[in-house]
Amino acid sequence: MIRRSLILDTTVRMVFDGILVLSVYLLFAGHNQPGGGFVGGLVASAALALRYIAGGFDEVRSTLRFRPWTLLSAGLLLAVGTALVPMLFGRAALNQHALEWNIIVLGKVKATSATVFDTGVYLVVVGFVLMIFEGLGDDPDDARRDLHGEVS
Amino acid sequence: MLLFSLILHAVCGVVALVAGRRLGRYVWLVGAAAPAATILWLVANSSRAASADGVVARMEWVPSLGLALDLRLDAFSALMMVLISGVGVLVYAYGWQYFGHAHRGGQAAGLLTLFAGSMLGVVVADNLLALYLFWELTSITSYLLIGLDDDDPDARSAAQHALLVTGFGGLTMLGGLVVLGQQAGTFRISEIVAAPPSGSATSVALVLILVGAFTKSAQYPFHSWLPGAMVAPTPISAYLHSAAMVKAGVYLVARLAPAFAEEAVWRPLVLSVGLITMVAGGLRALRPADLKQLLALGTISQLGFLVVLFGIGRPEATAAGCALILAHGLFKAALFMVVGIVDHETHTRDIDQLPILGRGWGMTRAVGLGSAASMAALPPLAGFVAKEKAYAALVDGSTVDRLTLAGIVIGSVLTVAYSLRLGYALVRPDIVSSRRSARPEADHAPGPWFILPGAVLALGSVVLGLVPALWSGLVDQAALALDPASGAHLELWHGFSLPLVLSLVTLAGGVTLFALRRSVAGVQERTAFPLTGTRVYEASVRGTLELAARVTSVVQSGSLPIYAAVILSTAAIAPVVALVTGRWWNGWPEVIGKPAHIPIATILLAGCVAATLARRRFAAAILLGVVGYGMALFFVVQGAPDLALTQFAIETLSVVAFLLVFRVLPDRFERRAPAVRRSARLAVSATVGIFVMLMAIVASGWRTEPSVSREMSERALPDGDGRNVVNVILVDIRGLDTLGEITVLATGGIGIVALARAGRGLRRSGATRQRRMPAEQEVVAT
Repeated sequence: MIRRSLILDTTVRMVFDGILVLSVYLLFAGHNQPGGGFVGGLVASAALALRYIAGGFDEVRSTLRFRPWTLLSAGLLLAVGTALVPMLFGRAALNQHALEWNIIVLGKVKATSATVFDTGVYLVVVGFVLMIFEGLGDDPDDARRDLHGEVS
Repeated sequence: MLLFSLILHAVCGVVALVAGRRLGRYVWLVGAAAPAATILWLVANSSRAASADGVVARMEWVPSLGLALDLRLDAFSALMMVLISGVGVLVYAYGWQYFGHAHRGGQAAGLLTLFAGSMLGVVVADNLLALYLFWELTSITSYLLIGLDDDDPDARSAAQHALLVTGFGGLTMLGGLVVLGQQAGTFRISEIVAAPPSGSATSVALVLILVGAFTKSAQYPFHSWLPGAMVAPTPISAYLHSAAMVKAGVYLVARLAPAFAEEAVWRPLVLSVGLITMVAGGLRALRPADLKQLLALGTISQLGFLVVLFGIGRPEATAAGCALILAHGLFKAALFMVVGIVDHETHTRDIDQLPILGRGWGMTRAVGLGSAASMAALPPLAGFVAKEKAYAALVDGSTVDRLTLAGIVIGSVLTVAYSLRLGYALVRPDIVSSRRSARPEADHAPGPWFILPGAVLALGSVVLGLVPALWSGLVDQAALALDPASGAHLELWHGFSLPLVLSLVTLAGGVTLFALRRSVAGVQERTAFPLTGTRVYEASVRGTLELAARVTSVVQSGSLPIYAAVILSTAAIAPVVALVTGRWWNGWPEVIGKPAHIPIATILLAGCVAATLARRRFAAAILLGVVGYGMALFFVVQGAPDLALTQFAIETLSVVAFLLVFRVLPDRFERRAPAVRRSARLAVSATVGIFVMLMAIVASGWRTEPSVSREMSERALPDGDGRNVVNVILVDIRGLDTLGEITVLATGGIGIVALARAGRGLRRSGATRQRRMPAEQEVVAT
């Protein structure tokens, strides 16, 4: 087992959810305030990076049910889909569409197709960073052998 | 309907491919449905096809590029259609028997149908680019069909040979087609032929197009793939390599000749290539013991003949070509079928091994002999009528025509000789073989259904020969469609005239040549040309691969520092051209904007200097992070929170990514690099640094157009429904850019995982273990 720092571990667990919420906030707020899918994705990835530093790739895997490529392809599909849907109605690709609802308590809620597109971007970014972990991060067997097997 | 026919071929082909195994031999019925429907439609609409305008269909494809799928069926296309679909249906009937329940039958039937559709596309396309598309589709289907038995390495290499040669020709041709289309101002073939452009660019285009046509129709020096392609099952050879695909080149020559024959490059090129092919193919057909090779080489010779007839661009010769293309399809497909039956029943097609074809073989022999006689142009068969027409067309012409005629007569003498050889092989193989011992009789004979398709073709040769009026109209119309000046009238009996004398001379010469075959073979043996087409092909393939390996070893050295140096110095030096050539210095930009810039700049500079001085990789990465955070601070001060946020996140993740990579790298940088390498690196870094800085300063001083950012800010809310202009730009105004970028990101991610896994696999297998050892020791030591 890789040595784990208790303090780091606990701190990471405490802030992890908060960072994720922040990333989702950035994603949705992005259209009118600083933020957006790209930054949101990066922040979420940073949260996952913390988990990774604290507990290795196993920790990330146990946190997240999806494999990196699933996220990546889902994001790309979502973005391409949003781009193509307007073409079905004879408009230019990525044409904006906005809907507004008045919901009790929340007040006026506006949803734009841009948010869907941005969600795609968000997923792609998270997927990409996870791919980096997957590719360059430690393969548990490999790392253990590198650390203990041969050199000792 | 034209379009429908093409789609029907595609559908039938795919169905046959998918359901091939379940349908058993009935798959041939599915495959044959498309050509059968086409030929029925053609018969029903023959009067429309024969009219001056023909049948036209048009489908918009990419309207903004002016690309449309223009289809046009005139009488000449109809003639080709008779060959493609008519012979096609018979080939299916033959394939039904030949393949039986063999497991590749479904594949063969499906691919044949797809091929038939592509070939149909070639002859009805009225747009140069559409023609090219179908042309390449025939190359691909032909590749798959030749390599049908993909367990056989010979079949695979022959298929590759055919694909490389015809693919090379196709690409060359594409260049020619584009130039021709540009010169003419239209890509419609009918319009180009009606008002042909001229000039040197057109000449170049024609040469390129002809190279494509020559490769497809197996003309010298590109003929070598056709004999190799004979590894394909015989139904495929009978169809692709006698009746249909190899005629594509001839078709193109025929289409263009009336318009371009007067161009200076045309006749010398086409006539010399065609005549050389006709004579050399005929000479080589006298040699092989393999009957299929004999037929293949004979086909090459006949294709040369066709190229000459169409290529000379005389109205009469064009008409003769139309007659010959049909006659050749009839007798050559039948001959292939006969040889296929012999091969199928006796398991050999080698003259030296063939048994005597005795009882029960009467029909097969008759079909073979009749078709061979038509090939040798014996009266009263279709081959004779066509060749008489060819002689008659050239006999009264200019010197060029007469010289051509002389070449054709020589080629035809050879044709008679190899036809005799083939005929004897079917009756008394011991006479034409080098092995003179008595042969046993074949132990079993083919069923009557097997020879039926061949018999239909042979009957066609006889009937069309006896009653030329039957096809005179079709040939006449076809020739008229190519060249309005032509007029064809097919006749069996021209009276005692020079063409008839020439025909007799040809037959006598052929018989003499056959009688003297042993001495001829001796002469051929001694004077064999050392440079065969196959050798040239093999050498060029080998050469290309070697060149590629050498270039790769130079360009892809595998050294990361060299890659980095090349990329960085290109990025730095390329803009220098613009700097040096233009009036470049436009004064310093504002150096210090706000007081806050001073501490930030200090942090940045300190980080940079420290990063270059760092001894450990880890420290350098952290210091780079510091520089990045400094930039983010800078963005904050400039009032760009979005950029700052992104920059912070990126920097954080970059440091993590660096750490991941560092696990497999030495902790410290190389301590004692050689002085040369050090100074080289220093030079590259200095160049990059200085030029990037210069570029940044100069570029910021040279705004000539008003900034677009104002307009974007104004349109963000009404058009993009968002108040964050940066985000609106990303997801709306420049949304497609973002889409492209995330695609790149996804591709990059896949690349990283793939590379890392490949590297891990290597590491596991121990290939890189040696190289990594010192690094690991170093880690342990520290």
